[in-house]
Amino acid sequence: MNGADGFPDRRLAFCEEARDLLTDLEAALLQLEADPRDQETIGRVFRAMHTIKGSGAMFGFDDVAAFTHDIESAYDLVRSGRLAVTPRLISLTLASRDHIHHLLEATVSGTAPDLAAGESLLAAIRETVASGGEAPAPVTTARDYSIRFVPPPGLFERGANLLPLFEELRGLGALTIECDTAALPPLDQLHPGHCYLSWQMRLRSPAPPEAIRDVFVFVDEGDCLTITEPAELAEPTAPTPEREAAAAAPAARPTPSSLRVSATKLDELINIVGELVTMQARLSRFAAQSGEIEIAHIAEETERLTSMLRDNTMSIRMLPIEATFARYRRLVRDLAGELGKEIELVTEGGDTELDKGVIDQIADPLVHLIRNSVDHGIESPAERREAGKPPCGRLVLAASHSGSQVLIRVTDDGRGIHPARVRAKAIEKGLIDAHAELSESEIFALLFRTGFSTAAAVSSVSGRGVGMDVVKRNVEALRGTIDVTSTPGQGTVFTLKLPLTLAIIDGLLVRVAAQHFVFPVAQVLECLEASTADLHCGRREFLEVRGQLVPLVFLERFLRLSTGSGARSQILIAQTAAGHFGFVVDEVIGDHKTVIKQLGPLYRHVEGVSGATILGDGSIALILDADRLAQSAVDEAGRRAA
Amino acid sequence: MSKTILAVDDSASIRQLVSHTLRTAGFTVIEACDGQDALDKLKSPVNLVLTDLNMPRVDGLSLTRAIRASTDHRYTPILLLTTESEPARKLEGKAAGATGWLVKPFQPEQLLATIRKVLG
Repeated sequence: MNGADGFPDRRLAFCEEARDLLTDLEAALLQLEADPRDQETIGRVFRAMHTIKGSGAMFGFDDVAAFTHDIESAYDLVRSGRLAVTPRLISLTLASRDHIHHLLEATVSGTAPDLAAGESLLAAIRETVASGGEAPAPVTTARDYSIRFVPPPGLFERGANLLPLFEELRGLGALTIECDTAALPPLDQLHPGHCYLSWQMRLRSPAPPEAIRDVFVFVDEGDCLTITEPAELAEPTAPTPEREAAAAAPAARPTPSSLRVSATKLDELINIVGELVTMQARLSRFAAQSGEIEIAHIAEETERLTSMLRDNTMSIRMLPIEATFARYRRLVRDLAGELGKEIELVTEGGDTELDKGVIDQIADPLVHLIRNSVDHGIESPAERREAGKPPCGRLVLAASHSGSQVLIRVTDDGRGIHPARVRAKAIEKGLIDAHAELSESEIFALLFRTGFSTAAAVSSVSGRGVGMDVVKRNVEALRGTIDVTSTPGQGTVFTLKLPLTLAIIDGLLVRVAAQHFVFPVAQVLECLEASTADLHCGRREFLEVRGQLVPLVFLERFLRLSTGSGARSQILIAQTAAGHFGFVVDEVIGDHKTVIKQLGPLYRHVEGVSGATILGDGSIALILDADRLAQSAVDEAGRRAA
Repeated sequence: MSKTILAVDDSASIRQLVSHTLRTAGFTVIEACDGQDALDKLKSPVNLVLTDLNMPRVDGLSLTRAIRASTDHRYTPILLLTTESEPARKLEGKAAGATGWLVKPFQPEQLLATIRKVLG
């Protein structure tokens, strides 16, 4: 098959596949470094190389195929136990992986690849192979068990508790549990003390089947437990050619079937669904006005389907953040090596899902934060030992959900940030007045100001003072926030708060004069009502809310709209970057699931507005940016005072 | 708060051994010398009952049945201490409502492992 020039699409498809394989390869290599005798991971590395070589040759990527051949051979030796995995081998393979990436990109873009670099890499690998190493001891074999547990109904009447059993089972290995509720009777026949549930479990464990039976010894009455005999997963013996072929076949990888779709198509789909949601709102409105039952019925059904369609479409764009986290393993490993530090990267909540757009745009700011923690935060092993800490620093990347937002935390256990030092630096740089009284959080906020850097020595890794301000800007562009807390000597935590998706926000629809606006509901703390005359009396700028003075922003005046005539006004108390603010509107209409439409490039400098949305009646409402509005109000007050 | 275990045995030495092991592991232990004594002491809150089978006055099986028939301790786990020679008693114990059993003689670690299995 000569697919070199005739099938550009297929070649591109190969490139995409190869990039995925390289990502997987990198993850496998790092895992292998942690556990050099894991046969399964060795198999993964080998298979990735094997596929890249095979497909590469088929699609005319001859450089890639030729280069990969030798590395594949090396891992064949590792697989059969004739070569040990050493840190040196891992480093060389990682470098080779980068080189394969380089070869791929060079072939695609038609530039001349750096073949000399490849040659020297191969020479180093051959040398490592020749010097050999002790063959690793055979690994214990993990087995896949399928366990079905149907407890006797009277189980609880004997005082049994199933939770500890599941915990005990989890102690044996990786466990997935599914509960089967099919046997639950209708409520009127349900005996509250009986157990109607049964469980289907998959356990991957080196333990013998007897160990599993032992776990259930008190609750099994002879026929409650079915354990399906496992197939052996890892072979300690040298692979035969047939086994080898089976291991290399892509079908051996248990990945769920999936489809590759270009992101543009998804964006189009989201756009269309957005239009549909708008149209559907119109339909509902019309149906409600028409008073015809039949139409109301159809409108209701359409509403249900539309919201399902919307949620489904949104979920297609949601990706677990794991893949992004995995990229940083390599980053941290390399940076730590470069700086002579020992750092362990721990990731938590990798399965947290985020909109693809958010993930793409958060990757770079995160790189910055990680570089910063590795370079400035975590100390050298000697310094750490002196401070009474373990020599190996710990960097934690954690993601979690919080309402309609996602929190990403970058935590290090390094030297922390000294507020006094930050303050001194800010005064020196002329960012603040020497007599300014600032709270700790205000001082930390200075870190994100343009032209700020506390690094005593500028290193190649970070610390040119361009960075944190860019990070903040990028995060804010995503409608997110960034915070930092730090305890000197104990470490620093950067917290990013990001919206789940860029396309839809929960909004609060409000009316100011004759116009509608949408306010992001996540920031609204409460809605109050006051008489308009009261508010305007004496041009009050503040409102006392439960003993706290809250500055007011009269949107009507602020947005230069003609004065409304309502006798009463409503006030949204909102949490903004500049503190609590009260926004005075004429009427709060209610919840509005807002499909965000970006304003055209002409309007990108408009302050206080982050987008627009189309309402049910076809009219347009602007989405207000509370943070910007509050900031403008503060600036204006400053100007007036000056 | 530490969990409370009621240890029932007519042999003072066994009671002592059991209590010592459990207290060292952080449990609160109430001792009873037979089934009747146990039923009296069940008026205070108990998370688990550990009982011998052969005892004067009320034996282990009757104690188990009485506990299962009560309102307060219907779902409290009960562990029986049996000897290897009586597998039939094990089934009897189960039928009476015992949660599990422990075969004498046992090591302290076995006792704790078994208790963790039912108490979590």
